[in-house]
Parts: sequence; C-alpha cells; structure tokens
Amino acid sequence: MIPASFDYVRAGSADEAVAALAQHGDDAKLLAGGMSLIPLMKLRLATPGVLVDVGRISDLSYVRDGGDHVAIGALTRHRDVETSELLREQCGVLRAVAAQVGDNQVRHRGTLGGSVSHGDPASDLPAALLALDATFVVRGGGGERTVAASDFFRGFLETALGPDELLTEIRVPKTGASGFSYQKFNRRAQDWAIVGAVAVRNGTTRVALVNMGTTPLRASAVEQALASGASPTDASEHAAEATEPTADLNASPEYRAHLARVLTRRALEEAGS
Amino acid sequence: MRVSMTVNGQVQDHDVEPRTLLVQFLREDSHLTGTKIGCDTSSCGACTVLLDGESVKSCTMFAAQADGANVTTIEGLADGDQLHPVQQAFHENHGLQCGFCTAGMVMATVSLLDENPTPTEHDVRYGLEGNLCRCTGYHNIVQAVLAAAGSDR
Repeated sequence: MIPASFDYVRAGSADEAVAALAQHGDDAKLLAGGMSLIPLMKLRLATPGVLVDVGRISDLSYVRDGGDHVAIGALTRHRDVETSELLREQCGVLRAVAAQVGDNQVRHRGTLGGSVSHGDPASDLPAALLALDATFVVRGGGGERTVAASDFFRGFLETALGPDELLTEIRVPKTGASGFSYQKFNRRAQDWAIVGAVAVRNGTTRVALVNMGTTPLRASAVEQALASGASPTDASEHAAEATEPTADLNASPEYRAHLARVLTRRALEEAGS
Repeated sequence: MRVSMTVNGQVQDHDVEPRTLLVQFLREDSHLTGTKIGCDTSSCGACTVLLDGESVKSCTMFAAQADGANVTTIEGLADGDQLHPVQQAFHENHGLQCGFCTAGMVMATVSLLDENPTPTEHDVRYGLEGNLCRCTGYHNIVQAVLAAAGSDR
C-alpha cells in the first residue's frame, strides 16, 4: 500500500516546524515517529499535501527533573520512556504503560508527543497522562502556552492543538513510590486495548479509561466513590458511567462496559487503593 | 528527492518520491530483497530491519526518515560464509518453517539481544511480539533465540 503523494519538509527545530505549519496551513501534517500517521496514509484515510518531519528535532527528546514535575520532550520515544531511570523513581506508571504500547519495533519509533497529538482514544499513553493530570506545553505562531490534559482531548482524533501548533513537552507529577496499575485487555499480542484502565495513587486515586468513548476518559464516578470511602470493588461498579463505548469487531458496548468495571477493579486492587 | 543512507556498510543514494517507504527503497531501489513485505500494516514484522542498530518496521517508515542513517538488513549480518550467531542459532534449532518471517525474526532478535543479552523465555516471547510466524513455529524460534543468547543451558 502506497500513500498518496505529498511534499516532504524536514524541520530542524520546533520554530522551523511551527513556521512550516503556518506556511502550509491545513494541508500540512506533522510527522514524528509516524506509527499512527503512516498507516492512516497508507490506507489513504489521511492524505496530507505536505508532511513536516519533526522526527529529527533531537533537543525535544529528553526526560528531565523539572523540580515539582518530570518534564518529557514531546519527541521522546516510547522505548526511552519505558527505560527511563528517572521515571522509574518518580512516575512509574508512565514507564509501565509505555512498555505496553505496540511492540519493540513500534516503541523504537513512536513518540510520546506523537501519541498525545494523535489523540486516539484507544491509545495507552493519553489515558495514563489524563490520570496523571499531566500538563502539555504547546508552541505556535503566537508563542508558548500550557494546556491541562483534562482540556486537551476534545473528540475523536481531535485535540486542543491549533493548526499551527506543535506539542513540545509533557509534564507529569512526581508520584514517587505511590501505587499504580495499567490493566490492558486485548485479544492478540501487540494489539490495541479493547478496553484499558489506568489507576494512579497520588494522594487521591485517579482512574482513566482507554477506548470507552471518543476520547480517553477520566472515570470520575469511580474517583468520587473512592473519595467517599467506597471499597475498590464497589467503586469500580461506577466505571462505565458517563462513557460512550462503541461497537466493533472485538466488543459490543455492553461488553466494553463490563470490561471497564472488571479492569478498573483489578487496577484499583493492584494500585492498592 | 535525493535520499542517501548507508545500508550494510555501502552507500545507497537514490532519487525517490517522498512517499517511498523504506522497505521499497531497500527492495526496489537498492535491490536488497532479503527484507520481506508481509502484512504491510506494521503488524507482522517481516519487514524488520535495524535503523542505527534498533529494530524498526520498514513498511511503516518513509525512506526520507532514514536519510543519513545506518541501516542493516538480513544481507548485512553474515560475514562471508560465516553466519551471524543469531542466523546460526536459527539454523541449528530449526527456527523456521516456510522462511518468510525469518529475515524479520532474525533482525528483531539481533536488536532484542543487543538490548537484553540474557533474556528469559518470557522476555523473548514479549520481545518478539511484533513478529508473526504464520507457520506458528514459535517454539523453535524461541529456542533459537535462547540458544543465540547462550541462555538455553
């Protein structure tokens, strides 16, 4: 399968990428690792006229101690998240979730910022960042701004990023040795989650769901139940509330709702909530 | 556009369309057909090559993204008649049946053992989850990888 023709522009820096986006407008699309975009282009579900390759902007690939948070460059590859010693100490859940993305080859290419910017509700990492209350740093023609994870995912493959904006950094809180769990349910190795549940304890327990609607979702009803003293078993009964799971080859909405409750219970138990 | 990279120690410099996939660049422009196209959707791993030493699926990457890089394909592993230790281990353990997945399996194994030289059986199965064998010959493939790592004893 061959993608439709496009013009290729390689950006050497974040500013160059933003300038290229401004120049080419709606016709341009950013290419990072390409693990989501290239398959869509091969199926011709995406036919951008211009690809702006940001994959070589090496100064956007890092995991750093940011004081009260850990700062991760948007072009940090899943493999580097999965093996980061700083994240092992300070935010283990992100490491654990990164290790479950795709397969080795995909993790060698795919980037954290690419996964977030793509905004696929079936992706593992966006839900983890939602549970972590991460902050995203975005650069555009008008300068830099930050967006809370809770405001970022707007709809199916739709985010708060403007057409001339590039995600540059992801900031996650230091959760130290707090408990966490990612329960990913799929039928085949390396596959997307049919449903996934992330639980992170950081003072209170936060829970986010993969593939239970058009965006990654916080399981707010579960969090409220836990905060009111409910047991993990009782709280997890609320996991499918305010979700809109779809039907596909793998699962009906009813089955997804069932999976959300079971996986949330397991995640809460493993996280020690 | 001009795309130039080092493949198995030799410069491959070709004029290609930006949409040219790395696997096409290798097979059609560089005439290195050891790398196979299987599913063409980055699921099966038959097209796995090493990009600067790390396994990647060459069907889901543009050649332009590898411009300037060092690429190793299955043709680049053996030293003359001397098989690479991973190839030798696949040979000795009958780690292949029809052979279509083998180039990708071997390249993914080289990368896996580089990152984890002493894998357990679980590490091998998890590390090779991006490579499918339609003959379902996984048992001997896993044995071959463990043998190559010297951890079968």
